[in-house]
Amino acid sequence: MAQNLFEGTKEQLEQLLVCIESHRGEEGALMPVLHEAQNIYGYLPAEVQTVIAEQLNVPLAEVYGVATFYSRFSLTPKGKHIISICLGTACYVKGSDKILQAVERELRISCGNCTPDKKFSIESCRCVGACGLAPVMIIDGDVYGKLTEKDVKGILDKYMQD
Amino acid sequence: MTVEELKKIAASKAELINVRRIVREQAEKLAARTGYRKQVLVCGGTGCTSSHSLKVIEQLEKSFEELGIDDVLIVKTGCFGLCALGPIMIVYPEGAFYSQMTPEHAKTVAEKHLIKGGSIVKELLYAETLHEDGSVIPFSEIPFYKHQMRVALRNCGVIAAEDIDEAIGAGDYAALSRALFEMTPDSVIEEIEKSGLRGRGGAGFPTGRKWRFTRIAEGDIKYVCCNADEGDPGAFMDRSVLEGDPHCVLEAMTIAGYAVGASEGYIYVRAEYPIAVERLNIAIKQAREYGLLGKNILGSGFSFDIHLRLGAGAFVCGEETALMQSIEGKRGEPRPRPPFSAQCGLFKKPTVLNNVETWANISPIILNGFHWFSEIGTERSKGTKVFAVGGKIKNVGLVEVPMGTSLKTIIYDIGGGIPGGKSFKAAQTGGPSGGCIPAKFMDIEMDFDNLVKIGSMMGSGGLIVMDEDTCMVDIAKFYLEFTADESCGKCTPCRIGTKRLLETLDKICSGKGEPDDLVKIKEIAEHMKSSSLCALGQSAPNPVLSAMEHFGEEYTAHIYEKKCPAGVCKSLLNYYIEPDKCRGCTLCARNCPANAISGTVKSAHEIDTAKCIKCGQCIAHCKFNAIVKK
Repeated sequence: MAQNLFEGTKEQLEQLLVCIESHRGEEGALMPVLHEAQNIYGYLPAEVQTVIAEQLNVPLAEVYGVATFYSRFSLTPKGKHIISICLGTACYVKGSDKILQAVERELRISCGNCTPDKKFSIESCRCVGACGLAPVMIIDGDVYGKLTEKDVKGILDKYMQD
Repeated sequence: MTVEELKKIAASKAELINVRRIVREQAEKLAARTGYRKQVLVCGGTGCTSSHSLKVIEQLEKSFEELGIDDVLIVKTGCFGLCALGPIMIVYPEGAFYSQMTPEHAKTVAEKHLIKGGSIVKELLYAETLHEDGSVIPFSEIPFYKHQMRVALRNCGVIAAEDIDEAIGAGDYAALSRALFEMTPDSVIEEIEKSGLRGRGGAGFPTGRKWRFTRIAEGDIKYVCCNADEGDPGAFMDRSVLEGDPHCVLEAMTIAGYAVGASEGYIYVRAEYPIAVERLNIAIKQAREYGLLGKNILGSGFSFDIHLRLGAGAFVCGEETALMQSIEGKRGEPRPRPPFSAQCGLFKKPTVLNNVETWANISPIILNGFHWFSEIGTERSKGTKVFAVGGKIKNVGLVEVPMGTSLKTIIYDIGGGIPGGKSFKAAQTGGPSGGCIPAKFMDIEMDFDNLVKIGSMMGSGGLIVMDEDTCMVDIAKFYLEFTADESCGKCTPCRIGTKRLLETLDKICSGKGEPDDLVKIKEIAEHMKSSSLCALGQSAPNPVLSAMEHFGEEYTAHIYEKKCPAGVCKSLLNYYIEPDKCRGCTLCARNCPANAISGTVKSAHEIDTAKCIKCGQCIAHCKFNAIVKK
């Protein structure tokens, strides 16, 4: 854990507390709060989970249990650019596994990890519903469709520069 | 809002919407009365937005300003269904169907077609809407749409998805008004029961019976839930309904609330669907403002409100008990049944849960009557079904057909067949819980019961087409990777069973398979089916079992001959350069990360199979198709 030193700002904490307040007393508030906390911090470090547990008066173990159950919640920080490759069936039969391999080769990290300079994270996802464009890759919410392995380098280069 | 006010909005918008629905000659007359000479509908669904349809809208607005066009209406709709051709733009009253639009194309269409006195830009139309003699065929008459019957998708691609007035004009909330003022809760349930509607989420349980159980269950508080956690990879009909006509779901849930005696509802939607989430939020807000959600709806004295809950990427949450756990803010683990949700569901209260497509069928049944609905489809599967057709097929997209339509009609008549001159091998229905349908079953009537008979299932309606290049061992492994990954781990048969099945398939794909493995797979599968806690584990072996049954010869080829007939499984293949095709350009050798390719400029190269790591870089770079896998 030591290598991921948590650095939260005062503003972020304030935002989190406002969000918790707006859900107070609501049944099943934990999931929406975790979603918003991840939006604020980019991930859910132990420190943030502790605040949520104390504020919502649920055991930290339960917060941790929920946070680790769902794949969208991340306990480790992510890169500046998040690359998500669809491994849903429609994309898979059109070769999205090869797109993933090409991205892994290009960035020299494997799926689920972040580059040492914290610039890119690679993750896989299951169907974003853009099956007409299969195979697809999403970078920071922008969808790149009908990809071939040859397209990968050019697309990544655009993000390398900033 | 009162019923009269609702009717007033419906009447004021009806003509505008009808221009998009009726035949051309009449539409032209009608258009003249609406105040808009033409209407341009641009798809704002996920598929077309991903290929930048919003930029097309921006360009249209800009061009309209430059050209002084102020009597053409731009409408951002939901999905038209033909996602492979996106971004799609349709111009009414002509019904001209422009495909694969770019901002430049939009500019051209504005200048040449939409301007006063303009005419259709034929070279930008979808080729199939152009007759040989040069005349334009209305898109509703091309094969992709001709064979369809749109009930659940009736308003998708017809109305502006973020405008409640257009939704009302298209008929939304008319069924709610009828239910509240002309029907008793019991007669609503009776109508749904008699229609024969079965749940579209996968299991096909009769919807009316579900409502009845919830109605008679004891309890002061009851809930209505919508399952919008469309997790089956390759299925996107629920998303399209939510993006194209969110009000139809809100309306149907409110009707169910009235019928079962609930005053609160929850929609559980995947966080992976940002556009659907946004449109639901807008729709709920608008419905509340109009008094179509909230206290005393339409002055009837009935109150109902809907909350939105986001999933967080867990496939198992599509299972009803897991979904309810997740809404309650817990880990989405299923629990044993009974008690069933109708007695003890969300927050331990009686709950009715239906999936999005089921909800989308409710209003038409209330408005048109159960007779109308029960005449569509087969004896035991009534109505229509939306299929998300994807994979190796020309017209990737959403297709709604009467239950009982054959696979052949869907793949060849509507889907346009397999691209690249390849031959059909199988179609997977039911996703990771279903099975594959081989060519010999092309003609069977697809409904709930027939699909189960041939070892597959309807599931949520994902239909992935596979051609000769798909390896049936590899695809079964793909599905097991999915279920092993998504198994929640609560029950042992599923947690360990999926893992062992995956390991065995991995072994077969890597050339280490033994004859005994096929027996083992069947044994593990039996245990998983009989003893897993929920449908995820019970159905996880289906893909491999059905592939083994219909494509057994591929499994034996992998095990006995150590060959992958489809040329997919890397470990069983070697790469070769065909000397007569190789021009000696050296591109492959320069890109080979393993330095396994030798040869001099302008002479045929050769691959050292001992060094080759089978990464496929050489094939990707070869411009002469000289490299083969054998």
